[in-house]
Amino acid sequence: MMQVTTKLTPFFENINFERDDKTMVINFGPQHPSAHGQLRLVLELDGEKVVKAYPDIGYLHRGIEKMAENMTYNEFLPTTDRLDYIASTSNNYAYAAAVEKLIGLEVPRRAQVIRTMLLELNRIISHLFFLATHALDVGAMSIFLYTFREREFAMDLMEDYCGARLTHSAVRIGGVPLDLPNGWLEQLEAFLDKMPENIKLYEDLLTQNRIWKMRLEDVGVLSPEDALSWGCTGPMLRGSGIAYDIRKEEPYELYDELSFEIPVSDRCDSYGRYRLYMEEMKQSVRILHQLIPMYKETSTQLMAHAPKYISAPKEDIMTQNYALMQHFVLVTQGMRPPKGEVYMPTESPKGELGFYIKSEGEPYAYRLKCRAPSFFHTGVLQELLVDTYLADVVTIIGSTNIVFGEVDR
Amino acid sequence: MRKYTPKDNVQAKAYYTDRFWVAPRVPRLDVSEDSHFQSVVKTLTKYIKESYIELDHLVLHIKSQDNIEVLKTLRDTCGYKMCSELSAVDYLAKKGEFEVFYQMHNLDLAKRVRVVCALKPEEAIESITPLFKMANFAEREMFDMFGIVANNHPYLKRILMPDDWSGHPLLKTYPLQGDEAASWYEVDKIFGKEYRDVIGPENRDPAKIDRYDTQRFSRVGYEVPFGADISEGETPKEIEYSKTFMTNYQKESKQLDKRR
Repeated sequence: MMQVTTKLTPFFENINFERDDKTMVINFGPQHPSAHGQLRLVLELDGEKVVKAYPDIGYLHRGIEKMAENMTYNEFLPTTDRLDYIASTSNNYAYAAAVEKLIGLEVPRRAQVIRTMLLELNRIISHLFFLATHALDVGAMSIFLYTFREREFAMDLMEDYCGARLTHSAVRIGGVPLDLPNGWLEQLEAFLDKMPENIKLYEDLLTQNRIWKMRLEDVGVLSPEDALSWGCTGPMLRGSGIAYDIRKEEPYELYDELSFEIPVSDRCDSYGRYRLYMEEMKQSVRILHQLIPMYKETSTQLMAHAPKYISAPKEDIMTQNYALMQHFVLVTQGMRPPKGEVYMPTESPKGELGFYIKSEGEPYAYRLKCRAPSFFHTGVLQELLVDTYLADVVTIIGSTNIVFGEVDR
Repeated sequence: MRKYTPKDNVQAKAYYTDRFWVAPRVPRLDVSEDSHFQSVVKTLTKYIKESYIELDHLVLHIKSQDNIEVLKTLRDTCGYKMCSELSAVDYLAKKGEFEVFYQMHNLDLAKRVRVVCALKPEEAIESITPLFKMANFAEREMFDMFGIVANNHPYLKRILMPDDWSGHPLLKTYPLQGDEAASWYEVDKIFGKEYRDVIGPENRDPAKIDRYDTQRFSRVGYEVPFGADISEGETPKEIEYSKTFMTNYQKESKQLDKRR
């Protein structure tokens, strides 16, 4: 029976509680603590079994793509922080890399080392956050305290570098704004030395834990064909047995010089994905260890030299007239990349984060499309949740690792 | 004379452009530069209107009616198993059409192809959900943002904007600031049209500060009771920056007092 909606009795899904076919429709979210942000999930239940799931998104829609069309390229960079706010630098980087590819910029080596360091540090931060919230959703409370302790160290490192803990904006188009502060590398090294034993601690708590295994094994099974068809990337794709990591296959920055492995799991379930995240953290630690000596071999240049697009260093601006003029034009009008279109895929902690930019040679992007991994991972939910039990819904949402800043944009 | 503003593109524009300045173009390479892309183009010759390599990715221009066949051939014959992105670009002002693009991905060879097709605003495009399930969400977003209808989509409904929203935000004709209708949207929806007089239009100025407002702003140092009137008979003065916004909130807005 359809509801008669008026202004005083608006449409509520929950009024249709018991329906003719004896299924029950419930609303999960948008303010559910396990919904990882603003996910509203309309579930049709037959007893405790999910018959139909409908993810309803858009509660965090801020029109970031529209903002991109009305901001100059440099203005837009801090906005990208608000996409995947768990690992902001990966968004900053994906955007900066797309613009750099469009312009054809060569980034100085020291900036590349710092960027790769920050990207991997962000990967660790994001994976720790995943583990904490996922375990908390499933019911393992204490792991949250341990992972957040380590995450705090990593966030302190980020704060020491760029001054912000969540919205980093630590990457600029053409390089990085700052060099590493004194003593940062030693602190990083101390953090990295502790990390393996911490990861072992999490694994000791969870990997063979009977409850953890019962809750995760064979829950949220995503076949490789479905993973491809739904556009899943990152750990969701590798968790379904397809070894594809953009860092390895289409390397950017320094990833072609670093040795690391791509963990793959063919279990296709939440447990396999959990193991994958743990392995990825270990690989990130390994990458960071290799980057420390690489940093020491680089020269001090941090921003690319491209007077048409990038302002000169501060000393030049203060001493040379022409550099000051160019800086003035770049600040007041913004850079004008050449006409053309670019799609730059990068491997963010959640999956393939790519920016498609269509430039018409103006200081504003004609069209910017952010290909966010979580958007497509939310889409899978409508198939992944069917025929599972209500109690497994939070496990599956947790294991897809979606962040709503990125889903709704 | 009033300054002319184009109505078909109301987005931000550069305030100054050197009149002799010609925007350079990103180099487009010939397809023969890459043997794999060459074989792709060979397989799809009869559909392709134009093809080139731009910044490592092959770009194929096709007719919008052929999208299913082309993507199917790409998936089954050329190994492009994943469609990683799909959206549109609004070229209504310049060419009177949309550009719909599909970003295809070959995971075995790490190659990417962008399939682009032009679409007139009154036309619809065939949904690719039978080929790629990711199109379920992506085409809904395209419909929501541009109003492009995908035929035979299982559930073509708005995804990011509210269901009863009018207009499609990523169109170049979409206004950048809320208009009259937008400032009444929530009032009408929550309270009803008859409460417009009581509540007043929505304040869309995020920086608006009413110095006499004791309900939303706390007074640190000299606290007053919640909702107390501290204006002492002064008439509110206009704050200069708020002039730039479309609605004059000072004149129109009324507090909720009557309802309380």
